[in-house]
Amino acid sequence: MIKFLDEYRDPELAQRLVKKIRNHALQGLRLMEFCGGHTVAIMKYGLRQVLFPQVELLSGPGCPVCVTANADIDKAIALAKKPEIILTTFGDMLKVPGSYSSLQKVRADGGDVRIVYSAQDALEIAQGNRDKKVVFLGIGFETTAPTIAASILEAKNREIKNYYVLSLHKLCPPVIKALLDSGEIKLDGIILPGHVSAIIGSYPYEFIPRDYGIGGVVAGFEPLDILLTVEMLIVQIENKKPTIEIAYRRGVKPEGNKKAREIMETVFEITEANWRGLGRVPASGLKIKREYQDFDAEASFVLEAIPAKESEGCVCGEILRGVKTPLNCKLFGSYCTPEQPVGPCMVSSEGSCAAYYLYGGENNGR
Amino acid sequence: MCLAVPFQVKAIEGQHAEVEIGGVSRNVSIALTPDVKVGDYILVHTGYSIGVVDEDEAQETLKLFNELGG
Amino acid sequence: MDDKILLAHGSGGKLTHDLIKNLLVQELGNPCLNLLDDAASFTLNGRIAFTTDSYVISPLFFPGGDIGMLAVCGTVNDLSMVGAVPKYVSLSFIIEEGFLLDDLKKIISSIHTTAQEAGVEVVTGDTKVVNRGSADKLFINTSGIGIIPDGIEISGSNIKSGDKIILSGPIGDHGITVLCQREGLKFETSLESDCAPLNKLVAEMLEASNKIHALRDPTRGGLASTLNEFAESSKVGITIEEDKIPVRDTVRAACELLGFDPLYVANEGKLVAVVDSQAAEKVLSKMQQNARGTQAAIIGEVVADHPGKVVMKTQFGSSRIISMLAGELLPRIC
Repeated sequence: MIKFLDEYRDPELAQRLVKKIRNHALQGLRLMEFCGGHTVAIMKYGLRQVLFPQVELLSGPGCPVCVTANADIDKAIALAKKPEIILTTFGDMLKVPGSYSSLQKVRADGGDVRIVYSAQDALEIAQGNRDKKVVFLGIGFETTAPTIAASILEAKNREIKNYYVLSLHKLCPPVIKALLDSGEIKLDGIILPGHVSAIIGSYPYEFIPRDYGIGGVVAGFEPLDILLTVEMLIVQIENKKPTIEIAYRRGVKPEGNKKAREIMETVFEITEANWRGLGRVPASGLKIKREYQDFDAEASFVLEAIPAKESEGCVCGEILRGVKTPLNCKLFGSYCTPEQPVGPCMVSSEGSCAAYYLYGGENNGR
Repeated sequence: MCLAVPFQVKAIEGQHAEVEIGGVSRNVSIALTPDVKVGDYILVHTGYSIGVVDEDEAQETLKLFNELGG
Repeated sequence: MDDKILLAHGSGGKLTHDLIKNLLVQELGNPCLNLLDDAASFTLNGRIAFTTDSYVISPLFFPGGDIGMLAVCGTVNDLSMVGAVPKYVSLSFIIEEGFLLDDLKKIISSIHTTAQEAGVEVVTGDTKVVNRGSADKLFINTSGIGIIPDGIEISGSNIKSGDKIILSGPIGDHGITVLCQREGLKFETSLESDCAPLNKLVAEMLEASNKIHALRDPTRGGLASTLNEFAESSKVGITIEEDKIPVRDTVRAACELLGFDPLYVANEGKLVAVVDSQAAEKVLSKMQQNARGTQAAIIGEVVADHPGKVVMKTQFGSSRIISMLAGELLPRIC
């Protein structure tokens, strides 16, 4: 029995929640789960199938690996190829294809690419390999960015001079806005990210009901958490009172984690970012500030500019925008599989395509 | 997003804490949650504590589940 | 003797001879091996089972075992999975120049202990030493020979609809133990590898019933991959129930935080048995009386539906398809 996890997976309590949801008269609601972790949980527990057709759950661009543009992956690959560099990365990025290669292929060709669980581990590798330059591949949203910022501050404190970060961090609220602005999909509500919100709180989402007339609820990652979130959204829609609420109250406070944000803001500044599927979105990424440029991989290494190219037939972009599902993609399951992925949505375990492939039951994928 | 798992704090030393879940232990950074105490449950994401689990709220949520549809 | 292995130790001259005599024969000696002929010779009657495997694990030493123990268990278990009684094993080393002699001694001692437990003899072998950088410290290859008793027909292609699926114990111990030792993923756990020879367990199972249709040890790729192999070989469907599958809390916790599914994590001391439904309870009972099967459980059954596919009924009540492991098991942050 793992505390604060197992209690939220109780099948009996889940049945009761599902019954409550089904008792509502409203039908054909479209909710988007923004976060990759939610996509995986929904598929793992078969929630999409349980809730359909009363509620249709769409997967949005919430997987930081999937939304990393080819050009950025190419930068990481170029760094990994340099003999003086040890490229450290979270496991998620290893197999993601860039325009021409992947970190996994670079490793097979002799590049020093190492998987780490934490930026702390990358710091230790830097300490232990003073003759090399250790670059940490910084992907992730606001959950991860503060941890990377903290690692840079620690490197500064401990005078670790061979530690660098390639910052590809992205921000959630701007991309939710960009998605809603595109007007492509009509949504009735949003299942808001859980751990991003632990950092930023719920106030940054207030623009959603204010400007777009739909509500959002911050959700946890266990099945009961997600079902509770859906129930809360349905009640909002029924009462025509769109608002921002927190279902994941044990993990998220409205004011978030101030200290984490301070640390993030000390090291990073907001910049425009390139999102796969959405293109350039203003003020949606993080760049290392000038005063920390000694730790900035972009400022410290020369990378030849090779034009990025997208894979033919890959519709990851549209899948990320919720316009298509993996089943609409011609390459899904045939040319594009987890062993031979074409796009990141299949490689990343948070990606919609990987989730559909691994967990899709007879009706789960729909 | 982002995998974060509830660990319990067993010991604190400066900016680090020894934490444990189900028999798995690790040293994590508490730079982002400097006010944690021994015994707290914290959410750990990639080796950093990102927040303290609010145990009262956890109980409230469970109570809510039990009441809903009951 | 020097404290490190040198290229000369593999060149066939005096150093090689001394290494073999003083280390290998000293530890592993038996009438066959002691002759040190170019090939081992012996007489065997009956249907022969023959297998080979190479071991390249890193780190070499881990809680609960080492590469030597793994090498013997791997081959003994492969033979057992076709119902054979393992008899003789070959042992080849490829050693990287500079390897510590003390480590080699520990590994050979481990091989000796494990071979004794399994009741097999190392009858022939080879030692090569390669330049620094040409091998990752130590690679081992073992081949094994066993005899299949009359009347035993065990194969992944013999599975029938209605058969029960029995798992011998908790999954994920080995894979998680080894992973937590690697740089970049260090966690402390009290976990140990489950590495163990299973031939005695299998022998007892066969005493209980000869209606065991298939056996396999879920090593790389985990339980999920093994079940998929069965489903494909026999063109049947398999259904399993998540709440019947034993998993230690520590393995579960480690999987949660790294983003793994225990179904895909390697095991080195477990087996999956596909047994005729009439004989299942009897076989299960026999397994539970053996130290290597105390937590054995029936986890599912073979069905005519969805041939070639493995479906799991989750603790939650929903069903999902369990596919084969695609690529490596990688930790994730999302």
